[in-house]
Amino acid sequence: MLKPREVLDQYYLDTRCQLLEIAATLDRYDFAGQGDNAPASDQRLEQIYRSLDLLSRRDTATDRSERLLNLYSDPA
Amino acid sequence: MQIIQPHYHAIARTAQDYERMAMSGVVAVAEPAFWAGFDRLYPQTFLDYFRQISEFEPTRAAEYGIRHFCWVAVNPKEAENPTLSFEVLQQMPEFFEKPTVLGVGETGFHLTTKNEEQIFEAQVEIALQYDQLLLIHTPHLKDKVRGTRRTLDVLKNMNVEPGRVWIDHVEEHTIREPLDQGYWVGFTLYPITKCSPRRAVDMLERYGNERILVNSSADWGPSDPFTLQEAILDFRRRGHSLQEAIEIFHNSPCRFLGQTPKFDIQPIRVEEAAV
Repeated sequence: MLKPREVLDQYYLDTRCQLLEIAATLDRYDFAGQGDNAPASDQRLEQIYRSLDLLSRRDTATDRSERLLNLYSDPA
Repeated sequence: MQIIQPHYHAIARTAQDYERMAMSGVVAVAEPAFWAGFDRLYPQTFLDYFRQISEFEPTRAAEYGIRHFCWVAVNPKEAENPTLSFEVLQQMPEFFEKPTVLGVGETGFHLTTKNEEQIFEAQVEIALQYDQLLLIHTPHLKDKVRGTRRTLDVLKNMNVEPGRVWIDHVEEHTIREPLDQGYWVGFTLYPITKCSPRRAVDMLERYGNERILVNSSADWGPSDPFTLQEAILDFRRRGHSLQEAIEIFHNSPCRFLGQTPKFDIQPIRVEEAAV
């Protein structure tokens, strides 16, 4: 198993790239919605922002992936 | 569709890349001189490298029906050795006589050091003296903003014509200033870590296709020449026309590189078939 610093050594750039892709997707959505194309509310967008809220919390258990997947799942 | 790869480090790639590129519509590549993954010790090594990309590599590309052009320069990383760099620069102009050498590139900044700046300025002077196009590398990650601004400062103090200069590797945070100042800019697409094909298409939608070149990453590191085709596919899937794609991925390189008569591929226009 990697040490904490090694995790960042190995995955920092990938994570930076993935965050940029999320930012770009949200920019794309907002850019597309400018002018006469104002979007109707969309549950998928709400899920994305709820995911980002979840990810922005640092004092949490190590089950972020599981909680994200549950957020995107139909009720059992 | 016909495609031009304007920034392609062929010496780091296999013949299979040429074959696949040819099958996907690539008709020409342009190869800037770059860092070889290690610091070279001898000026002669650079000169042989320039021979390789200006004499040998066109023959390898021609096997697959692809035109190969190149640029010569001391890259910013090796500019940290000014003695070596100046020795190379003394002989570099001989290569401007070659029929496929398009100009001076890639020069510019890597860590934005004094040595890099000195060698960058020297190469801009040479480009001006010999009436050559310029291809400028900007730093890739956290130093990109500083390096790009410094690039613009250096160029402002020299008598360059912005329309003959291509500032490469711009991203969302560095695209506006070079475009506003009249330079050409380039996106370099990577499979991971840097600009992605989708983000490149976002920037095309936002900034239009004037003075913008799109190139794949194609070097000895983690890279993929077909990120360019990924961008084309994403561009088309967003509803843009074939002609719009041709304008960006074929005609824009023709317009910038065609400022030297050595690059003789002409812009193309597709016609709707009469029914």
